[in-house]
Amino acid sequence: MKHIITLSTRDLEKSVEHGGCGECQTACKGIANQNCENENN
Amino acid sequence: MIHQYLMNGRHIVLDVYSGSIHVTDPMAYAAIGYLEKGLSREEVLQKLKVEFPESTEQDFLDCFSDIDELIESKKLFTKDNYAPLAGKLKSHSGNVIKALCLLVAHSCNLACSYCFASQGHYHGESGLMSFETGKRALDFLIENSGTRRNLEVDFFGGEPLVNFQVCKDLVAYARSIEKEKGKNFRFTLTTNGVGLTEEIMDWANEECHNVVLSLDGRKEVNDRFRVDRKGKGSYDQIVPKFQRFVEKRGDKEYYMRGTFSHFNTDFTEDIAHMADELGFKELSMEPVVLKPGEPSALTEEDLPILYEQYEKLALDLLRRKKAGDPVTFYHYMVDLDRGPCIYKRISGCGSGTEYMAVSAQGELYPCHQFVSDKEYKLGDIWNGITKEEAREEFRNTNVYTREDCGKCWAKLYCAGGCAANAYHSTGDIAGTYEYGCKLFRKRMECAIMMKVEESLMEQG
Repeated sequence: MKHIITLSTRDLEKSVEHGGCGECQTACKGIANQNCENENN
Repeated sequence: MIHQYLMNGRHIVLDVYSGSIHVTDPMAYAAIGYLEKGLSREEVLQKLKVEFPESTEQDFLDCFSDIDELIESKKLFTKDNYAPLAGKLKSHSGNVIKALCLLVAHSCNLACSYCFASQGHYHGESGLMSFETGKRALDFLIENSGTRRNLEVDFFGGEPLVNFQVCKDLVAYARSIEKEKGKNFRFTLTTNGVGLTEEIMDWANEECHNVVLSLDGRKEVNDRFRVDRKGKGSYDQIVPKFQRFVEKRGDKEYYMRGTFSHFNTDFTEDIAHMADELGFKELSMEPVVLKPGEPSALTEEDLPILYEQYEKLALDLLRRKKAGDPVTFYHYMVDLDRGPCIYKRISGCGSGTEYMAVSAQGELYPCHQFVSDKEYKLGDIWNGITKEEAREEFRNTNVYTREDCGKCWAKLYCAGGCAANAYHSTGDIAGTYEYGCKLFRKRMECAIMMKVEESLMEQG
């Protein structure tokens, strides 16, 4: 029996290599609410 | 570092540094908690045997096997490997600027008492941005944007529609040069709705990537603060205009942006009002930020009520989604697969570095909430950054330089929080606005719980 279910999430460690392009958007005037806009990630 | 919490009957475990989210049974939840506290396997096993007397040896073995599998795949008890990156952020971003908040009007046709910009004139003289100043701001943005393609400009105030012709002319100018410059301008508009006309709606629906529409919810709530110069509430005037605007907007982005205060800690009623009675589906309600002691400021006594409200809201949004009539709450919009990269999570919103505000007179500030604070005037759009030490202060501030963030499980979701709120509450942009942190953590717990429920629903 599985005791743990893991949700699918972005691999933060991999984003060290591929992240940081800065093309994502800078409502409220919450970083978590932003989406990555780099199709290569 | 992990964070564990119970919500809506779910046992949820967040692994902070991998970003992994797990939903467990009570046994695994207990075991993970004991391991985090430093107990040995044998000690954990003995405790589990006491707590789960009906379970078999095989159950315990399976539980440890699941945990080991996650540790092996770097999804549980992951170490912090990102601290060294924080120091590299400076060279990573260079001096690139990619977003501007244009204060096209230091004046407003409303006089909201909680306005951080002192009813729109920013503690100074009223004034409108000229086309020439705005044009220079756009040129300044292009000149300083490096290889960034997506550039963002928000028309802000005061009330930007007081100066609509300049907004319109600036967009036309940007559109005329963006292809040649290899840029993609995304315009947003933040408005109180008073000046909306059919012409303005059509223009915004054509040109604005997103519009932020200020409404606090129920009529009596909205009209407590959002009043005109004669003290008359704005609800009856703006609601029909907003409804027309959103109807014409079709599928394009918008947000109804409300503020809640000590006087409406039952803010879920305002969200329900906007969704059910007014027909708005994209909603954002923000806690007011005021000095403690002001009558409408949120208090420590309000916190348990607000926590309960946030949970109630999350459950209500899940109910609406199941019923096929979803409503979006901005702070619960978390895309686990396409969320921000680690650089963004460490460095934050970019205020003072890649995001700046331009006053009507062309002065540069770290963001709209610093405008008129001479200590943080960075320079102007003609001469560029002249107060380099202020930009350096922002550039060197990140989630690892904020002492209070060290032990916080939510730090890679908020990236250290809002520099302006920190500055206004502690006098230091590297401080933290603790009240805001408490609300943020609760919102993230709710947002993650919703993701758990949605994921389990999909898996049947």
